[in-house]
Amino acid sequence: MIEFERPVLSVRNLNKQFGKGCLNCRGIKGDSLKKNYCPVCGTVYACQDITFEVYAGEILGVVGESGSGKSTLMQCLYFDQEVSSGEGYISSYRNGKTNVFAESSQQKRYIRNHMMGKVYQNPLLGLRVNFTSIGNIAEKLIAAGNRHVGKMEARGKELLEHVNIPIYRMKEAPKNFSGGMQQRVQIAKALSNNPPLLLLDEVTTGLDLSVQASVLDLIKTIQRELKITVVIVSHDLGVIRMLADRTMVMLDGRIVEHGLTDQILEDPQHGYTQHLVQSLL
Amino acid sequence: MRIEYNFAFFDEGSKREIRRATLKAVAIPGYQVPFASREMPIARGWGTGGLQLTLSLVGKEDSLKVIDQGSDESVNAVNIKKLITITTGIKITDETTEATIIQSRHRIPEIPLQAGQILVLQVPLPEPLRYFEPSEFETKKLHAEQEYSGAWLMLFEQIMNYGTMATGADHPAMVHDRYVMAPSPIPRFDNAKLNQSQALILLGAGREKKVYAVPPYTKVVSLAFEDYSFEIEAFQDKCCGLCGAQGVFLDEILDDLTGQTHYQCNDTSYCLQRLNNKSVG
Amino acid sequence: MGYVAVKGGIQAIEESIKRLKYERLKKGTVLDSQQIEGGMRCLIDQVMSESSLYNETLAAMAIKQAEGSPEEAVFLLRAYRSTLPRKHYSRTVQSEDMLVERRISSSFKEILGGQILGAANDYTHRLIDFDLNEETADDAIKWVREYALESGVDNDKTDLSKLPKTLDYLRGEGLISTCEINDTEPDDVTKESLQFPTSRSQRLQILTRGQTGAVTSLGYVALRSYGALHPTVGELRIGNLPIYVDCPFQEHNEDEDAYYIGEIKVTEVETLFPQEIQKGNGEKEIEFEIGYGICYGQNETKAIAMSILDRCLETGNPEYPTHNEEFVLLHIDSVESTGFISHLKLPHYVTFQSKLDSVRKSKK
Repeated sequence: MIEFERPVLSVRNLNKQFGKGCLNCRGIKGDSLKKNYCPVCGTVYACQDITFEVYAGEILGVVGESGSGKSTLMQCLYFDQEVSSGEGYISSYRNGKTNVFAESSQQKRYIRNHMMGKVYQNPLLGLRVNFTSIGNIAEKLIAAGNRHVGKMEARGKELLEHVNIPIYRMKEAPKNFSGGMQQRVQIAKALSNNPPLLLLDEVTTGLDLSVQASVLDLIKTIQRELKITVVIVSHDLGVIRMLADRTMVMLDGRIVEHGLTDQILEDPQHGYTQHLVQSLL
Repeated sequence: MRIEYNFAFFDEGSKREIRRATLKAVAIPGYQVPFASREMPIARGWGTGGLQLTLSLVGKEDSLKVIDQGSDESVNAVNIKKLITITTGIKITDETTEATIIQSRHRIPEIPLQAGQILVLQVPLPEPLRYFEPSEFETKKLHAEQEYSGAWLMLFEQIMNYGTMATGADHPAMVHDRYVMAPSPIPRFDNAKLNQSQALILLGAGREKKVYAVPPYTKVVSLAFEDYSFEIEAFQDKCCGLCGAQGVFLDEILDDLTGQTHYQCNDTSYCLQRLNNKSVG
Repeated sequence: MGYVAVKGGIQAIEESIKRLKYERLKKGTVLDSQQIEGGMRCLIDQVMSESSLYNETLAAMAIKQAEGSPEEAVFLLRAYRSTLPRKHYSRTVQSEDMLVERRISSSFKEILGGQILGAANDYTHRLIDFDLNEETADDAIKWVREYALESGVDNDKTDLSKLPKTLDYLRGEGLISTCEINDTEPDDVTKESLQFPTSRSQRLQILTRGQTGAVTSLGYVALRSYGALHPTVGELRIGNLPIYVDCPFQEHNEDEDAYYIGEIKVTEVETLFPQEIQKGNGEKEIEFEIGYGICYGQNETKAIAMSILDRCLETGNPEYPTHNEEFVLLHIDSVESTGFISHLKLPHYVTFQSKLDSVRKSKK
C-alpha cells in the first residue's frame, strides 16, 4: 500500500487583493486581467489562486520580480496579512485538517510561535533591535510557554552558536550588528521552537555578496542538519538555484511555472521563466 | 456663573458613570476598563484617577486616609485631602484601621487591610506592556489574547543585563490567572499585599482614562521565572531608628550633619502607632 | 503624652498659595477682567479653544487668576467644565450661515464674494508701537466712533451671512468629489474615552481641543518634512455662527420653532491636497482631498494646522509619525501633557528607593 506523504504545508486557491474591486474587474482574474491590477479602480490582485504544496525536508523556492506577489504570499503565510480567500493546511497543526487562514487571532499566534519561523528582508521587522540578541530568541521561547531563564539561555546560546554568532555578543542589541549578523540572529530566532516550517523572504537582498554567500551557506547547512522544511523567496534566481529543490515562478500574482529547480533552469517552458533564466546566464 | 459644587465635586451622573466602570473592573479582575476621565482641579499625573474613584465612592459616613510615599503629611496627600474635605466635609484620619477609604500614591500601608476597606491606588501608566509595545491598539489585542510574553521578555532582558530582575517598582503581576496588570509604582515589597487581600483594591489612571481592580481574596502573583523568583527589596537586618520595626519598608535617610545613614519607617502612621503603643506600655 | 505626626504639609501649602497670590499682586495692580476681555481677545480665543468652553467672561477670569498662563487658564476652565451639567444639544450648525468677518482663499484669486482680509495680523509690520503706552480710554472711544462713521456707508451689496463656500465651486466643476450628508451621531470624547482606531468625529474633537503649540508644531512637521503633503488653503473664514436649540418640550421641531441662543465666533479652514488617482482609461488624474479645521475664536494657525493633521490622519501612511493617530491624538491635549510632565515634580522617593535597591543588587 502506498502511503502518500502529507505535505508539511498545503496552500489552495490563496487570493489576496488590495482594494474592493469594481464592476470592471471583480470576478475576472487570470489572463483576462492585464497585469495584476484593475486600471479602473486601482485594485491590486497581488496573489491569484495560488496553489502549491511543500513536503518535509525540502526547500521550495519562489522566484519573481518585484510586484510578482511573492512577498505578499509570504506575508499571508505568516499571517502578517489577512488573505482575501483561500485555504492553508499545516500537517502538524490539528492533523493538517484545519484551514489556518480561518483560525482566530489567538490560534494564529499559536501557529506562528510553534509551527513557523520567518526571516524578513528587513531585520527591523523581524527583530527587536533594542533588545539583546538572546532576548530576541527568548521572546519566541517565552511565547511558547518557557519560563526557565537558565534553560532559555542555554537554548539561546545553542542557537547562536549554530548560526555562528559568538556567545560573548549574545547580550548585545542587534542594532549594533552588521547586516549579515542581523540576518543570522533572525534565523536563530526563527528556529528557536523547532518549527517544522521556515519562511525566508529575500533574506540576502541588500547584503554584500560575500556576506550573502555565508548566510546562504548557513541556511543550507542548517537545513541539511535539522531537515527542516523551507520556503525561500527571492528575485535572484542564483539564490534559488543554490538552495531550492523545487521552484515556483511567479509573475503578476500568478504561478506561471513550477517544477524541479534543475529542470526549470535547463528547460524553462514559460516565456517569462526563459527570460529570467537567460538573464541569469 | 458662580456654582454650588455637588457633594464630592461631581454631579451624580458622573459619579454613577465612574462607579459603573468600577463595577465592571471588579467583575473582571485586572482588566483595564476605559472610562471618561474628567478634568479635575488637580493636575493630570497628580492623582486624578485615584481622586475620581474616591469621589465617586465617598459617602457622608466615610472616613478617609490619603498618603503619598507612605506619608499622610506629604504635600500632595495634604492637597488631595483638602480638596476632598472642601467638597464633602467628611472625616479625615491618619489611622489605617479607622479609614474606610484609603487613597494612596506609591505604597500600601503596613497594617493589613480588612474587609470593608477600600484601597485606591494612583496609577501613572496602567499598561504593563507599554515598554514592549507602544501602540494602545496592539496592547489591547495582546491582553485579549492573553499574549504576555512581552512582560516576561522585559524581565528576561533585565536578568540578562543586570543578573537579576530590576524593576524598581510597578513589577507586573498576574491577577486571577488571567490578566497581567501594572500594580502602580508600589515597591516590590508591597506586591504581596495585593494577594488575597481582605480589602477591595481599586487602581485609577486619570490621564490614561483607565480603571482596574483586584477584588478581595483574589490571587495575585508577581511575574517571575522558575529559576529566578520574585524578590523584594532587602532591608536585611535593618530596623527603624525610631520605633524599632523590622520587616517593613524603610526610608533611607542621610543625616547631613553626621554623614550617617539611618533608616526609618516609610509608613509614618504605622511608625507613630508603634511609638505610642510602646509608650503606653 | 503621645507621639504625633510632624505636621507641616498644610502650612507649607498655605504659605505657597499666599506667595503665589503675592506674585500676582506685588506690583500693586489689579487687573480688571473686563480689561482682559476687551484687550486680550487672542489669548481669550486660544484659551476658549483649548478648554473647549465658549465663554469670554469666564476665560478672562481664568486668565486673570492664572496670571496670563494659558496652561493654567485652560486647566481652570476645563475643571469648571467638568462640573457643568449637559442640558441641551444645539441644532447642527452650518458654516454657510456664518456672518463672515474675514474670508480668504489661497487657491483662487477670484472667489464669489471676494477676498475679505478682515482683521488680521498678516499685513501688519511687527514693530513694537511705543505710542500704545500713551493710549487712553477716551482715545479709544473717539477712534472707534470715527471708524464707524467711515465705514458706515456700504456700497457693497454682498450678503456676508450667505457667502458660498469656495469648495462648493470646485465641487460644481467636478474637481473634488461631493460628500454625502452623514447624519451619524458624532462620538463625544468628553463622555467616552478614545478607542483605537478612532472615528473622524473623535479625531476632529481632539484636534480642536489640542494645545495650540502642539497642534501647530505637528502641522509644521507634516508640512515641512515628515508628512509629504503639499496643501493649499481652499478657504479660511472667520465670523459668527448662530446657535439654535430645539424646544425641549416638543417632539417634532420645525426650523422656525427653534430658539436662537446666541452666536459664537469660529475659525474654519478647508485645505486642499492634490492626490494622484487612476481613471478608467488608464490615465492618471489629480483630484483634491480635503483637510478640515475649525476652532472657537480666531485661531488661524491652529485651524490650518488642524486641517493638515486631519488629512494626515485620514491618509494614515505608516511611514510618517504625523499620520499615526496614537502618536498625534494622545499627546496634544494641554491638560494631559502639562499634567504628566509636571507630575515629575511630585516626590518619587519610594520608587527611587526601589530602583536604588535594584542598582545595588546588580552591582553585587
